[in-house]
Amino acid sequence: MQHILTVLVENQPGVLARVASLFSRRGFNISSLTVGETQNSHLSRMTIVVEGDEAVLEQVTKQLHKLINVIKITDITHLPSVTRELVLIKVKTNLQSRAEIVEISNIFRAKVVDVGRDALMIEMTGDDDKIDALVELLRPFGLKELVRTGKIAMVRSPKNKTKNNEEDEL
Amino acid sequence: MRLSGAEIVLECLKSEGVKEIFGYPGGCVIPLYDALYSCEGLKHILVRHEQGAAHAADGYARATGKVGVCIATSGPGATNLVTGIANAYMDSVPMVVITGQVTTAGLGKDTFQEVDMTSITFPITKHNYLVKDVKDLPRVFKEAFHLASTGRPGPVLIDIPKDILTAKSEFSYPEEVRIRGYKPTYQGHLAQIRKIAKMVNQAKRPVIYAGGGVIISKAEAELLKMAEGLSIPVTTSLMGLGCFPEDHPLSLGMLGMHGTGYANYAINEADLLIALGTRFSDRSTGAVESFAPKAEIIHIDIDPAEIGKNIFSYYPVVGDVKEVLKALVQMLEPKENPDWVANINKWKEAYPLTYDKESNEIKPQYVIEEIRRITQGDGIIVTEVGQHQMWAALHYSHTKPRHFISSGGLGTMGYGLPAAIGAQMGRPDKVVFNIAGDGSIQMNIQELIVAVEHQLPIKIAILNNGYLGMVRQWQELFFNKRYSATPLNCCPDFVKLAEAYGAVGLRIEKKEDVSRVLTQAMSITDKPTVLDFRIAPEENVFPMVPPGGTVGQMIFGGGKKCNTY
Repeated sequence: MQHILTVLVENQPGVLARVASLFSRRGFNISSLTVGETQNSHLSRMTIVVEGDEAVLEQVTKQLHKLINVIKITDITHLPSVTRELVLIKVKTNLQSRAEIVEISNIFRAKVVDVGRDALMIEMTGDDDKIDALVELLRPFGLKELVRTGKIAMVRSPKNKTKNNEEDEL
Repeated sequence: MRLSGAEIVLECLKSEGVKEIFGYPGGCVIPLYDALYSCEGLKHILVRHEQGAAHAADGYARATGKVGVCIATSGPGATNLVTGIANAYMDSVPMVVITGQVTTAGLGKDTFQEVDMTSITFPITKHNYLVKDVKDLPRVFKEAFHLASTGRPGPVLIDIPKDILTAKSEFSYPEEVRIRGYKPTYQGHLAQIRKIAKMVNQAKRPVIYAGGGVIISKAEAELLKMAEGLSIPVTTSLMGLGCFPEDHPLSLGMLGMHGTGYANYAINEADLLIALGTRFSDRSTGAVESFAPKAEIIHIDIDPAEIGKNIFSYYPVVGDVKEVLKALVQMLEPKENPDWVANINKWKEAYPLTYDKESNEIKPQYVIEEIRRITQGDGIIVTEVGQHQMWAALHYSHTKPRHFISSGGLGTMGYGLPAAIGAQMGRPDKVVFNIAGDGSIQMNIQELIVAVEHQLPIKIAILNNGYLGMVRQWQELFFNKRYSATPLNCCPDFVKLAEAYGAVGLRIEKKEDVSRVLTQAMSITDKPTVLDFRIAPEENVFPMVPPGGTVGQMIFGGGKKCNTY
C-alpha cells in the first residue's frame, strides 16, 4: 500500500541526494517526493510517498533515521491530514472544444492560466482523486503535456486541548 | 591563533588524541603534507597504495578500539580508498577518512583528478562532509570523530578542497557536539528487558548468538556472567570471535556456513535464541526461513535498522549490548541446565571440529594450531579472505576480544597485510600474525615494505596451496570440479620476494618443520617474516552448509553429509 511520510531534514546541500541514494540502494520504491524549506530556513520538509507493506515501511523509516541530516520522520498515512498536489495540464483545443474545456475546469475550480492558438493550460490543486478525475475528463480532447508536483501533506491541528501539537519543534 | 586549513586539520587530529595516520600524498593534499612536515606529535605512515592506508587504519582501529585515520589525495587516491571504506562500513569500524579535493572553484568542472567523493561514498559511510569553508573544519572534525566512534561505529569521510587547506582562519576546537539528527540509544527499554528476562529464565534450550557488537561495546564480562549463570551455550559470528572464550565448556565456536556442527545443531534445536550485537548475516544464517526454526528470537542491537532487517524478532531491544546486558543479568535467575548441556556435549563428541591429523602433508589446520600454541592464544590474528581465513577462525581457539581481525562483511582479499601493519602499529606489545593465502597476499603485497621500513615484526603465514582455494572448493563441490581460473600455477617465489623487500623469507615443506620454523620466526623482532607453508593443495574447509542451504545439508570432512544428528 501507499504510505505518506513527512520527513524533517537539515536544509543542506546533498541531503536530497542522500535520501534518493538510500531509496535506490535499498530497493525501496518512491511514488513521489517533494521538498521545500520550512518556516525555519535551516530546515526542509520532505513529503515522500512510498509503496510497500509494513515491513518495508519500517525499514524505510529506520534507514532514513540513520541519515545524520534527517531529524524526524512521521508516517501520516493514518493521521487526519490535508494532502494536496498541484497539476499543470496543457490540453488541445479548437473552436468547438474550448468552451467545454473551460466549463469542466470551472466545475473543478481549476484555473485557465494560458491560452494559445490550439491549446489551453490549466492549473489545479487537489488530492489524487480530484486530479485523476480532471485528467480523465480532459484526456479525450488530447493532452499535450502534463506536470504534477507530487504530494505535499500536513497534519490537521488537534481539535481539543489534550493532544500535543507538533508544530513547536522547529 | 590564525592557522591555515591544513594546520587546523592537524590540530583537530591532535585534539582527538590521534597519534598515527596512514596516508599517501598527491597534488591536492600537498598543503596538508607541508603542514605535516613540521608537525610534532603526529606520526605519518606512508603506505604504498591508498587501499593499504584504509585497511591499515581499519586494522589499527580494530586492534585498539580507537578511531583509525587515513589520508589520500583527490581523484584516484580517493577512489583507491573506496574498498577500504566499504570494508570498514560493513564491519562497523570507527574511521575518519580525509581526502583531498580540487579547489572549490574547480568543483564540478571535471578538473584534473576530480571525483565526486561524497556521492561515491554515500552508501558506504556513516556520514560524509565536503568542507567548503575553512571556518567549518573544527566543527566537522569534532562531529566526524563523534559519529565514527559512538552508536554503531563506522567510517566518516571528510573531503577537503585544496583552497580550504590553504585558507586561513582562527582556530579553536569545539568542546561539544550538537547534531540534531543523531541520538544513539544506549539504554534499553526497561519494560522490554523485563519481558526478555522472563523468557530467558523460562527457556529450556537457550543459545546465545554473539556478534561483533559485543566486542565493540566491551560486553564480554556481562556475556560470560549471563552464560555461566544460566548454563547458556554461546556461539559467535566471525565478527564476534574472541568475545567468549572458546576454551570454555559452554562455547560452541562459530556458527553458520563454516560454523561447527554443534553450533549449527544447537541453533536448530534451540527454543530461544539470544542475538547480541549481530546483524544476522547470510553467512551466519543460511536460508533465513529455516534458521533457528524452533526458537523465539531476542535481538539486542544498538542499530534500530538491524532489527527486522534480515530476520523478524518479536523481542527486540535497541541499545548498547553492555548496557542492556547489565540490566538483564540482574533479572536472571541462576540455574543449571543439565539436559540441554548434555545434549550439546553429545554433539560436540559426535561432530568434533577435526581434520586428518595422521596425514604426512602439512594440513593448514595444523599450522593454525601450531600458531595458537606458539602465541599461547595471546597473538593478534589478522587474516586475508578465503580458506585460510576460515581455518584461522575455526582452529585457533579464540579467547580474547580484539585479537581476531578479519574482513567479515565485505570479504576483502588483500585486507590482511595492511590491517596487520595497522594492528602492530596500534599494539606494539603484541605478536601479530597475518594468516594469508597465496592468492590474497598478492593483492596488497606492496605494503610489505611498510612493515620493513617501520621494523614491524609481523609474521605473515602464507597457507600456500597453489589455488584460489575457496573458489576452488566451491568449484569442487558445486561446479563439477571445473577449476576455472583458480589454479595459481604461476606464483612468485615468496621467500625471494620477502628477501627482496628486506624481510625474512622461510619456506616450510615438511610437517615436522612447522613448529621449529615458527619458533625461529618468533625470535625475529625487528622485521617482518614471510612464512611460505606448502600445505595440502586440495584441503577443504569443513564443516560447510551449502550457500542458501539448511543445517540438515551440512557437509563434514571427507565429503560425507549428515542429515540426522
